[in-house]
Amino acid sequence: MSITIYVPCDSSAVSLGANRVAAAITQEAAKRGLDINLIRNGSRGMYWLEPLVEVATDKGRVAYGPVQPGDVPGLFDADFAQGGAHALALGLTEEIDYFKKQQRLTFARIGKTDPLSLTDYIDNGGYRGLKNALAMSQEEIVQAVTDSGLRGRGGAAFPTGIKWKTVLNTASLQKYIICNADEGDSGTFSDRMVIEGDPFVLIEGMTIAGLAVDATQGYIYLRIEYPHAFEVLNAAIATAYKEGYLGENIQGSGNTFHLEVRLGAGAYVCGEETSLMESLEGKRGLVRFKPPLPAISGLFGKPTVVNNVISLASVPVILDKGGDYYRDFGMGRSRGTLPVQLAGNIKHPGLVELGFGLTLRELLYEFGGGSASGKPIKAVQVGGPLGAYLPESQFDTPLDYEAFAAIWAVVGHGGIVVFDDTVNMAEMARYSMEFCKEESCGKCTPCRIGSTRGVEVMDDIINSRNLDKNIPLLRDLCDTLLNGSLCALGGMTPYPVLSALNHFPEDFGIDAKATAA
Amino acid sequence: MTESGFTQSTAQEIIAALKDKPGALLPILHGIQDAIGYIPAESVPDIATALSLSRAEVHGVISFYHYFRNTPPGQQTIHLCRAESCQAMGGRDLEEHVKAKLGIDFHETTADGKFSLEPVYCLGNCACSPAMQIGKEIFGRVSADSFDAVINDIEATE
Repeated sequence: MSITIYVPCDSSAVSLGANRVAAAITQEAAKRGLDINLIRNGSRGMYWLEPLVEVATDKGRVAYGPVQPGDVPGLFDADFAQGGAHALALGLTEEIDYFKKQQRLTFARIGKTDPLSLTDYIDNGGYRGLKNALAMSQEEIVQAVTDSGLRGRGGAAFPTGIKWKTVLNTASLQKYIICNADEGDSGTFSDRMVIEGDPFVLIEGMTIAGLAVDATQGYIYLRIEYPHAFEVLNAAIATAYKEGYLGENIQGSGNTFHLEVRLGAGAYVCGEETSLMESLEGKRGLVRFKPPLPAISGLFGKPTVVNNVISLASVPVILDKGGDYYRDFGMGRSRGTLPVQLAGNIKHPGLVELGFGLTLRELLYEFGGGSASGKPIKAVQVGGPLGAYLPESQFDTPLDYEAFAAIWAVVGHGGIVVFDDTVNMAEMARYSMEFCKEESCGKCTPCRIGSTRGVEVMDDIINSRNLDKNIPLLRDLCDTLLNGSLCALGGMTPYPVLSALNHFPEDFGIDAKATAA
Repeated sequence: MTESGFTQSTAQEIIAALKDKPGALLPILHGIQDAIGYIPAESVPDIATALSLSRAEVHGVISFYHYFRNTPPGQQTIHLCRAESCQAMGGRDLEEHVKAKLGIDFHETTADGKFSLEPVYCLGNCACSPAMQIGKEIFGRVSADSFDAVINDIEATE
């Protein structure tokens, strides 16, 4: 009887040797005359265990990890195909605490299925949302998304249903759906995992969005740094066209939706929606003034929905199980689940999807297991390079948009980067200014010039020059950036800079008492 | 055919194939850079004509995006991540090591033309920091030793 073995094709797993492990398994099986069915699945998101090899047994899928090519003969010797005992054995995959404690809605299939198998997708609940949507009116689809409480997962947290409603109600012969897959925030990789691990869920979500607002053309703006995701997406889109899930007359419904992937070119600012549209139009990625809103006048001047990957990938489950089902997860005005990404100096990095409301402390210690280095955690940056640094005293903050806003921080795209006590926060503040300088589109003065001046001021501070003058100057500069910038790049760079200064003044060479903002 | 004649005809084929797409400029620039390794200055007038743009506008787009380059890269381009997650796992020390090992700074190419070094701000491999990319291959948990091993391997296979 054939043995089914899973080795992830996720690019992080590959970066740790998954392709070599897969080759070693194929070779070893051939040597032993064993008939195997090797499936390249997505990642379960437990990256300290990658490459994580799974075997299908009568009791369920059993995991072994982290596996290196040299471990493969030993695994066969231990009869791992039957779940045999081995030093790398982890038991049933879905009983591993880290995985078992999660609430996987958006990530329901990721790690279980073959990402490019449409059959696998449909057998595991895929395209049920679209089927329901095809039987609903446009207003009903938009209402379901509104009822779910889904807010933009890219970082801005704007209610998705309201955005869709605006586009639906704006008359135009041509409308567009754009998926913002320019996931440039450090510490975030959930978009990449979705695209590589379950591309059809994004295609389905975008198709539903197209139906809902009358858009017949979609674009996925994907960053160039994700070459594997690009290949997977294109292959999945080709399959969807072939099987009647994209193109004209989708599943015999008479509806049309075309989808194309476009690549970015390494500009962080193109993750900002208006800059992204300029880039799609073939221009420099300069941020546009708002209004007009993209929902009224977006890509090529037409009404456009711009949503993040996770927002769009959450739509199929909402249409499948209903807005109420999704809304029942979460807390306060933060409804549904958030795929949190644990990264940086953490023992158990990975993807944790849970309803909003868990505290940072639970995430960092119960899931993350503390720092990778074993040293105390000094600070975490939540929400990417424009997110605030949080000290230990704020670790009891629940993951909730409003709770974070109340401590002058952001949830953003749900990335958490952990630093141990060897980090110098003045250096990190300098880096934030440097990043803003590198990535500024140059359209507005506070961001373009303020970031350059910010690097200079931080250099003075790091070298202890004129602190009495330079600390107030830094605050003044941040005030200008915060209030005078056109978009979030300049407008939020003060979050990491000032939070570092306020919470860790000693790293800036000043007394804690002198920091009252 | 001269080398420059070859690159120009390659660029013209790509332009002809893509120019009618909406927002065709980035797809064309990607196509040319994929085929030739960079965007030769002599292709700019052809792109501009095909898209009814000025040469300055095309140049402006090429120079705006970090990824596009107008000079030939080394045989291998190393993209080393500089972002926060990688810094939290020793990325700053790794950066110094990489520069010393190759004898070049960011945006430079080794004298023998083998390696170019470019910074990148996140490869989405933050659960396996520090990270780098060589060609289309991504590496995780990179250390000074594992970096040297990869470079020595590449040099040995040539």
